[in-house]
Amino acid sequence: MSFDRIREKLSILADAAKYDVSCASSGGKRANTQKGLGNNTGMGICHTYTEDGRCVSLLKILLTNHCIYDCAYCVTRKSNDIKRAAFKIQEVVDLTINFYRRNYIEGLFLSSGIFKNSDYTMERLITVAKKLRLEENFNGYIHLKSIPGASDELMRQAGLYADRLSVNIEIPTVSGLKLLAPDKKHEDFIKPMQKVKNEIIQYKTEKKIIKSTPRYAPAGQSTQMIIGATGESDKDIMYSATYYYKKFNMRRVYYSGYIPVMPDNRLPSIGTEVPTLRENRLYQTDWLIRFYGFSIAEILNTTHKNLDLDIDPKLSWALRNLQLFPIDINTADKRTLARVPGIGMASVSKIVQARKFRRLDWSHLKAIGIATNRAQYFITCNSKDFYSKDLTPIMLKNKILKSTKSKYSNYFNQQLSLFS
Amino acid sequence: MNPQTILVYDGSFDGFLSCIFIVYDQKIKNPIIRKASQTNNQMFMIVEHIVTEEHKAHRVWKGFKEKTNATQQRDFFKVFLSEIKGVENTLLNYMRHVFEKTHAPSTDFSNKNILKITQVAKMVQREKHRMEAFVRFQLTNDNVYVATVAPDFNVLPLISHHFKDRYADQKWLIYDTTRKYGLYYNLSSVEIITFENSNTISSKNIEKHYNGQERDFQKLWSTYYRSVNITSRKNTKLHLQHIPKRYWKYLIEKTNNS
Ligand code: SF4
Repeated sequence: MSFDRIREKLSILADAAKYDVSCASSGGKRANTQKGLGNNTGMGICHTYTEDGRCVSLLKILLTNHCIYDCAYCVTRKSNDIKRAAFKIQEVVDLTINFYRRNYIEGLFLSSGIFKNSDYTMERLITVAKKLRLEENFNGYIHLKSIPGASDELMRQAGLYADRLSVNIEIPTVSGLKLLAPDKKHEDFIKPMQKVKNEIIQYKTEKKIIKSTPRYAPAGQSTQMIIGATGESDKDIMYSATYYYKKFNMRRVYYSGYIPVMPDNRLPSIGTEVPTLRENRLYQTDWLIRFYGFSIAEILNTTHKNLDLDIDPKLSWALRNLQLFPIDINTADKRTLARVPGIGMASVSKIVQARKFRRLDWSHLKAIGIATNRAQYFITCNSKDFYSKDLTPIMLKNKILKSTKSKYSNYFNQQLSLFS
Repeated sequence: MNPQTILVYDGSFDGFLSCIFIVYDQKIKNPIIRKASQTNNQMFMIVEHIVTEEHKAHRVWKGFKEKTNATQQRDFFKVFLSEIKGVENTLLNYMRHVFEKTHAPSTDFSNKNILKITQVAKMVQREKHRMEAFVRFQLTNDNVYVATVAPDFNVLPLISHHFKDRYADQKWLIYDTTRKYGLYYNLSSVEIITFENSNTISSKNIEKHYNGQERDFQKLWSTYYRSVNITSRKNTKLHLQHIPKRYWKYLIEKTNNS
């Protein structure tokens, strides 16, 4: 193959794919069978990091950036005047294998613009995955994008070779989608998700009865939403996310701050700052709901529609519910411990282990690694000193903000200077 | 003042365990255990050179295994591989603690000794992960995928399994330039190898023997790395937190600017 040409294609088609934030290569386990190439241990490895600090674990590319659609938020859209390119199927296979053998990557994440029609596109994505698995005996990670509108039969095949499938919902609200992607239908996104979910359930049931049933998309499916493109609230976003988690058993929902890439009067103008902090707060909320036992309504509701930017959502919740505190570190159950600002899940289990041996005091808590500068206002332990003043939530918030340096404090200084 | 005994061993894990055997066998109080490569002459000390003896090492390890679980055993080994000066004595104290108690709680994080072991084990574990991530194989014309590393801790014994599992159908070599030994997988098993002449494994010599396409794939990888960057989100602090500069030397995408 001609390397210069491949190199040009690679730079175009990697560039076009990079706005997809999902890079997880974890979740699906695949053993190296019969001395083939690669394995997937269920723990993704980040082989390198971009200068913006994102993990690079997969070769993430588009098969082509030719597209018949014209979605406003997407660089690949038909009306955008950019260089177009398309990989041959074998070229993607060769790149994947050669990168993998050199320990550059954990596997492939293949997406595509839609050319001709959904099924034609989906079929070619599947062919790449199939070649990798059957011809190259490749057991590394494969993530395929489900093309909206692809047929059920193709979605069934896709799951046989891919570890994960995803459809990006992109716009959290149906009305936003109508505005920005007028020729795409909401059902087209939903259909492949529904199919993948049903197949996963069906294969799992069959697997219980017949052991040799092949596995279907063992790492499940995920989706991504662009935030900050249509003026939606955090509540809109998180309620949508919760819906997708529940309804389609999503493994992950990703939140991607909108990066203005072309002028369009329906969208934030070019140069608008990427809402990275908001993105971060959404991920924190996502974690609180999935792992910390919070319900969405506790964090976002009609009186509290947007997350605070200056403090994390757990602290914000705690300040709104001061009547529930302080709790006793030596007796509270796991669920309650997890709700204390400054105590993460890892600390919860350490506390529970360590308190079997003695009643814990402040020095123990510090040794375990708890952020006592936050936690101290919400807990008591085996010590006579504890915080006892009755501060209002606002006063307490300021006190905590003063004593903890947020990694975003720079961001705030800049933001504030904008208004002064 | 009583002279202190210093036990000097060859640096191997078995050698270290042999020292522990001697400590118990000869009831030595407050010994210092050191690698031969780390000692300097000290006055007021009785220096004893300990010969590595497998059966002694095995007896110690067997006893330790009976009182501990798999995680504790792995952590013990990892802490040993840290090669931090004086780590042998921390491990000795820990082992004493284990032997004294009938049931040793590894989860009592408020005990300083255990906390330290857990912390160092974690550091070593992190280095292991980094090596699994940052090793970059270069294909040579005799069809061996070669990588050189210089990890902070002696983690080659810990990563062997991972690479053997993953790259089962290609020959590979991972060489530690600091400790001057490597792992070589010959398509059936992993062997430990050393080179008489360290030039054999110098980056210059490896480059001389590149497979015809090697440079092209390195360029493709660098191209890819540059293309996925999003300039408007640049965050150097975070970047350096993930890949501290001392690891850049491994990374083709960080050194290859063509
Ligand atoms: S269909 Fe997909 S690739 Fe095409 S313009 Fe819309 S979002 Fe972009």
